[in-house]
Amino acid sequence: MVQGLRFRWPGAAADCLAVEDFRLAAGERVFLRGPSGSGKSTLLSLIGGVLLPDAGTVAVHGQDLAALPAGRRDRYRADHVGFVFQLFNLLPYLSVLDNILLPCRFSPLRARRLAEAATTPVDEALRLAARLDLDAALLGRNAAALSVGQQQRVAAARALIGRPALVVADEPTSALDADRQQAFLDLLLGECAAAGAALLFVSHDGRLAGHFDRVADLAALNRADAGAGR
Amino acid sequence: MKPRFGLLWHLCWRSILNRRLSVALTVVAVGLSVAMLIGVERLRSDARAAFAQTISGTDLVVGARGGGAQLLLYSVFHIGNASNEISWDSVQRIASMPQVDWVVPLALGDSHRGFRVVGTTAAYFEHYRYGERRSLAFAEGRAFGDVFETVLGAEVAARHGYRVGDRIVLSHGAGADGTRFAEHADKPFTVVGILARSGTPVDRSVLVSLEGIAAIHVDWAGGAPIPGLSIAPEHVRKFDLRPKTVTAALVGLKSRIAVFRVQRAINTDTAEPLSAVLPGATLQELWNLVGMAEQALLAVSALVVAVGLAGLVAVMVAGLGERRRELAILRALGAGPRQVFALLALESLAASAAGIALGLALVYGAAALAGPWLQAGYGVALSLGWPGAAELRLLAAVFAASLLASVLPGLRAYRYSLADGMTIRI
Repeated sequence: MVQGLRFRWPGAAADCLAVEDFRLAAGERVFLRGPSGSGKSTLLSLIGGVLLPDAGTVAVHGQDLAALPAGRRDRYRADHVGFVFQLFNLLPYLSVLDNILLPCRFSPLRARRLAEAATTPVDEALRLAARLDLDAALLGRNAAALSVGQQQRVAAARALIGRPALVVADEPTSALDADRQQAFLDLLLGECAAAGAALLFVSHDGRLAGHFDRVADLAALNRADAGAGR
Repeated sequence: MKPRFGLLWHLCWRSILNRRLSVALTVVAVGLSVAMLIGVERLRSDARAAFAQTISGTDLVVGARGGGAQLLLYSVFHIGNASNEISWDSVQRIASMPQVDWVVPLALGDSHRGFRVVGTTAAYFEHYRYGERRSLAFAEGRAFGDVFETVLGAEVAARHGYRVGDRIVLSHGAGADGTRFAEHADKPFTVVGILARSGTPVDRSVLVSLEGIAAIHVDWAGGAPIPGLSIAPEHVRKFDLRPKTVTAALVGLKSRIAVFRVQRAINTDTAEPLSAVLPGATLQELWNLVGMAEQALLAVSALVVAVGLAGLVAVMVAGLGERRRELAILRALGAGPRQVFALLALESLAASAAGIALGLALVYGAAALAGPWLQAGYGVALSLGWPGAAELRLLAAVFAASLLASVLPGLRAYRYSLADGMTIRI
């Protein structure tokens, strides 16, 4: 949930983002159209709590991020938000399995949710990998050895493990070819639904919008003068 | 969020493994520099110990008038040459002083295959002391008695495989091997004793009687054989073989209390310009002289360690540019900037700690391998014991320096992760 948001980069002459009201319901899957330069990355950083708004509130899972001290905010992000970026999502020196498990190590809460669901992080990682069409033989490989498509699916598994409330995907398909875009999107939507996570899917590519509960346009939401966004 | 050390360590370790070649190279660089620092320190303390233990139990060393340090160097350490000799009369005059217990004369100037020949008396074996007043022991045989008998230091015998009964030829002058001067080939000496190793210059000495020194020079004049004159060994005994001069003398007193009085008496002797020095005080003075070089060496080693650590930091910081993506991923996963700092600092610290460990291993390995050679060649016993207090202080300093150095990559990563957040813009 974003309300009355104002954000200006230090030293910038004008606001980069000015969003009056933007919310996702629990489990809702929203396509946010955002061409580059529309303040997309800034918005995601605000949702992650890496940046704080100059005015207004950004709340995730009912918690105003600005109310948390910095360390707790990082932890809150680990607990409740999974990110998938356009490219290079994985730590190249860890195995695929270790990459998927990382959120459970950063967030005891995610590990605890899995324990409550009577599973273990490793079992859950294996299950997610299987659901995302990742061959079990890949799991022991180094992440750097994977194809881009495989890497994106590993990133999706990593975002989903431990049932975060929100998955934020920033152009996760733009590095994939058209067939794979569709397949990846289907997997992501399906797993978010299965995990009960809301999905905020950010892309400039409107063709993918049809699969979502709702479509929003950042250019329309953002009342700040365009051009200051980064 | 408190950094969870297990996770950090896991990431740190995998990340280091990923860049194992460059990290290994910097670890080796740090290791070599630490090995140099600790090696120099160990060599320094061991050399100092060996140095201070070279002579004990001697109250005064007497030689021709000159610097005390120089006198000690040529008489005890066999380094350099005496500018002047002292007359046998002076030696006898000192021996007859009421406070004097014993006098051991030393006549230097000849050599055997690079080892110094020391002409002395049998009293040498009785009165020369080293370390905690230990006397010389015979590994084999006995002291010399006859004119053409010799006792070898342990190193001399070991180097050339001499046994009791072998015959050796002395050379004129104190040149090292290769710059051999005229030889006293007509008058070989028989080895009658070999001394046990003492770790002092005695190990590298060939000991003969004063008469032996006189005998090989009977048909010499001005440092060269007199042409056309050759006196066979069996005839030489008929000559007066009492020494006319010696190089120096070790003096023992009946009571140490008299040492300054006797010293003053010798220094103000009117018959001949003499110098008497207290070996302990002069050793200290000499070491202070050497100490300058030793301190410089230590300082250079410390600089080398600094260079090693700087190299490590440079590699870490240079690698950071490529790792900004990785740092952004960590941020997205919930790592705080402080954890990013800790991760990078931990990597550098782990690398330098590995370097320190490697350096220590190198020192011990080198001491084990090169120890016997050093002992034999230079009389320095390289100890294999636990690091001493000085070494521990140095190690602590190196560790503190690497701690400080590891802050730099950490800080840089911290700033990157603050600037980049989860998304990296390059």
